[in-house]
Amino acid sequence: MSINVISVENLTFCYNGLEVISDISLVVKKGDYLGIAGPNGSGKSTLIKSILGILQPQKGCVNIFGQSPTSFHQWNRIGYLPQRINALNQHFPSTVEEIVQLGMKKRNSVELKRVLELMGIAHLANRLIGELSYGEQQRTMLARALINQPDLLIFDEPTTALDPETREIFYSLIDEINRVKGTTIILITHDTGAIGQYASNLLYLDKKIIFSGTFEDFCASPDMTGFFGLDSQHLICHQHNKTENGI
Amino acid sequence: MELCDILNYEFIRRAIAAGIMIAAVSSILGVFLVLRRFSLIGDGLAHVTFGSVAVVMLIGVSPMYITLAALPLVMLSSLAILKLTHSKRIQSDAAIGIVSSIGIATGIILVSLSNGYNVDLFSYLFGNILTVTQTELFLSIIVFITVATTVIIFYDDLLAVTFDEELARTMGIKTKRINIILFVLTAVAAVLAMKVAGIMLVSAMLILPPLIALQLSLNFKMTIIASLFFSILSVICGIITAFLLNLPAGGTIVLFNIAFLFLIFGAKKILPLPR
Repeated sequence: MSINVISVENLTFCYNGLEVISDISLVVKKGDYLGIAGPNGSGKSTLIKSILGILQPQKGCVNIFGQSPTSFHQWNRIGYLPQRINALNQHFPSTVEEIVQLGMKKRNSVELKRVLELMGIAHLANRLIGELSYGEQQRTMLARALINQPDLLIFDEPTTALDPETREIFYSLIDEINRVKGTTIILITHDTGAIGQYASNLLYLDKKIIFSGTFEDFCASPDMTGFFGLDSQHLICHQHNKTENGI
Repeated sequence: MELCDILNYEFIRRAIAAGIMIAAVSSILGVFLVLRRFSLIGDGLAHVTFGSVAVVMLIGVSPMYITLAALPLVMLSSLAILKLTHSKRIQSDAAIGIVSSIGIATGIILVSLSNGYNVDLFSYLFGNILTVTQTELFLSIIVFITVATTVIIFYDDLLAVTFDEELARTMGIKTKRINIILFVLTAVAAVLAMKVAGIMLVSAMLILPPLIALQLSLNFKMTIIASLFFSILSVICGIITAFLLNLPAGGTIVLFNIAFLFLIFGAKKILPLPR
């Protein structure tokens, strides 16, 4: 029996006595591409941080590869790109090469070269992170998430401030990693069009789960038509069908 | 008097040796603290040191061991700052402010309660590296070896935590352990730096050398080395100048640091150095 990549049961996280997420349950299986959407403050990042053990939820249970975040040790199986990097200031004295290899116990120059070339930043390897544009910094952080060839990739709004061309390259790359290598993907984004186009499952949050399931279920759900409105639901489903039909 | 003549004095040799060790310790740790926006922790811990020294003096500890005896209280205070900062409701600068106020308030009350040791206590406010004892020199060597070894062993983890603590946690780094190590070592550095620069100027020893190094746009390892270099250079120049011109050593060392900082600012305007 294969172990779920992630399983969450009845997760509740409160901040200052207010519930940020309430009674969330979900399962992510190997090879899934889960898109998480929801309005600002809906608890998307909180959910991910609770799964990764960064936040300690008040109720509920989380397992990553069958283990709780506190007893989990194989962190190189996870590539995480947070929404905001605290240290990305102009004067942080680290080169792209240093950032991409952060936290690696064994340096691997072949893997470093591969991932820098993949992200198109090989020529920036010795540049300081603060000297780069936001798009280049984001590609550096993506390279860091990818360098260990993880089994699970988690992206928290990764394409914010990327230009449309780079955004498309990013989505295609992640899609290829998911299809070819079977890497499990969790993508948080406001870009429901992108979720519709690439993800196999959708989780829509607004403190609690509004919808969780496949796109087929989403498109056929009258509840979701009521929630989103016919136009928005059609747009998401249209994007998804276009991809499914290879258009 | 020539430079070689100055070095004939044993107290000068001891001051330079201890000064180099303390400068090295504070400049290495300072890089991590400044980048994590804990620049003023030196100031806060110096105020706690003032209170701790007052407590230790009140108990009647021999002046030889005052620095050593004040250490545990300062270490606990450093960990208290860390704990308060992680409570999420208190910003790091406010946490430093709280602990700092407790330290200085305790010191003032204890001083007012006992008039007998006021002069000794106030000598800690301004520091004097030229009066460093053999015990303090020995202690500073041990601390330097400890800090250098710790930074070498935990370099990757320290870099990751400095870059982003939450991200570091998802890399499997035990961030709590790394924070405790950094804050305990900072407490030791602050107590030792007090001897060089005095309570009033401890934070300068932690902040200025990293700031100078950060102007040079180097990678992380080279930034630490540059911070170390400017800190040691300032201590050597400061001690010799202070002795020759009969000035307070602490203030002179700090002014040399400031001079190097402005020199780099000027050089960046004139020369094609990276901005």
